Amino acid sequence: MSAIVFERVSRSFDGRRVVDDVSLELVEHRIGIVGANGSGKSTLARMINGLVEPDAGRVLVDGLDVAKQGREVRRRVGFVFTNADTQIVMPTVREDVAFTLRRHRLAPAEANERVDAALARFGLTELAERPAHRLSGGQKQLLALASVLVGHPAILVADEPTTLLDARNARRVARHLAGLDEQLVVVSHQLELLDDFDRVIVMERGRVVCDDVPAVALPRYRDIDAGDDDADDDAQDAAEERSRP
Amino acid sequence: MIGVFHPGDSLVHRAPALLKLGLLAALVTAIALQHSVLVLGGACVLVAGIAALARVPFRLLWRQLVPLLWLLAIAVPVQLLLAGWELAVTVALRLLLAVVLAGVYSLTTPVTETLDAAQTLLRPFRRWIDADRVGLALALAIRAIPLLGEIVAEVLDARRARGAEGSIRAVAVPVIVRALRTADHLGEALVARGLDD
Ligand SMILES: Nc1ncnc2c1ncn2[C@@H]1O[C@H](COP(=O)(O)OP(=O)(O)OP(=O)(O)O)[C@@H](O)[C@H]1O
Ligand SMILES: [Mg+2]
Repeated sequence: MSAIVFERVSRSFDGRRVVDDVSLELVEHRIGIVGANGSGKSTLARMINGLVEPDAGRVLVDGLDVAKQGREVRRRVGFVFTNADTQIVMPTVREDVAFTLRRHRLAPAEANERVDAALARFGLTELAERPAHRLSGGQKQLLALASVLVGHPAILVADEPTTLLDARNARRVARHLAGLDEQLVVVSHQLELLDDFDRVIVMERGRVVCDDVPAVALPRYRDIDAGDDDADDDAQDAAEERSRP
Repeated sequence: MIGVFHPGDSLVHRAPALLKLGLLAALVTAIALQHSVLVLGGACVLVAGIAALARVPFRLLWRQLVPLLWLLAIAVPVQLLLAGWELAVTVALRLLLAVVLAGVYSLTTPVTETLDAAQTLLRPFRRWIDADRVGLALALAIRAIPLLGEIVAEVLDARRARGAEGSIRAVAVPVIVRALRTADHLGEALVARGLDD
């Protein structure tokens, strides 16, 4: 596994600390991040491949500083977003997967082989020639996974990859995620997705408030979440208002 | 018109995209310069032959023709009145033939191949133009069509659900806002897919 290291990382937006002095060393196979809306999960996840840069501190992936060696880091880190629609670039399923490899300058035969393998891995072989934008939501998210993993990243970061899916498609995507050999960092509100992960990080207002195995961390998060209800509904609402996609 | 590839293994499918693009340009130019109804009639037979050779379903070709037919339905009667039947027929035939040829091209050529062909064509200019970037821009332009279609459909639905039909601004503003946000997300996804270098 790779090592993802956060060294005293902070980040503010509009004068508000969204990630507040976070230090972490992630070396496990499967890592989950949970927390309320606006607690800084996406910001933290985006820092792993440099989509967001820290104001203070450093993020290192296998010793590479994300701020300085972004390109090399992005080659190692694949990223899947919540809305698969905006990740699809090419008209057909096969072309979209192949698109990732355009910059790899592989021999056509090798590129084809890798595309075939990626399609097969996510059960998309039959749909290869279909228009990508007409797939179901679950199929689109599987396509997004195939398109990212065809580039052979060592780490896959997924920000709420099942949030927009119905229960059946969410299970399907979750099953595929769980079966991956790549190191995984998954942000999710669907806690059952993280049940058999190796480590779960609970975020609250930009800080890590719990960092443990799921059997400990998930119940803690459920407690925090329930206890929060009356205490600071207003602050929470304000944060949600700002973080609405 | 774009991004409607129909898989097949006809001669036309297998021909290199560059050759097809060249032929398309040559034929469309020749047709555009042609004034004789007789020659254009002959061209109709030729184009029908090409379409048959490509074995693309008539239904798909027809779908590409529909918008043009609307245009012709208005333009032809006007020209009949103002310029006589010969000009009306030649103009209609030229447009019709060009659209059918373009349709056969897009139905038989995957977008990736068109992108590769465009990059080959741009290679002599690589000191001034980054062919990869042009390819990416083309791919994005093609992708933007269905994406924008979806956004408009969703906004129209939302408007209907709230009973706010009628106002153009009530459509334009949310469509533009959503389109810009979608463009942001698309940009991030491209960076994440390593297409920023
Ligand atoms: N690019 C940005 N510009 C301004 N503010 C931002 C930006 N990105 C995030 N924020 C703000 O930072 C806060 C934390 O956002 P973040 O997306 O990290 O939260 P999250 O934990 O992922 O929430 P959610 O569960 O809603 O996805 C939010 O209040 C959000 O409005
Ligand atoms: Mg988020």
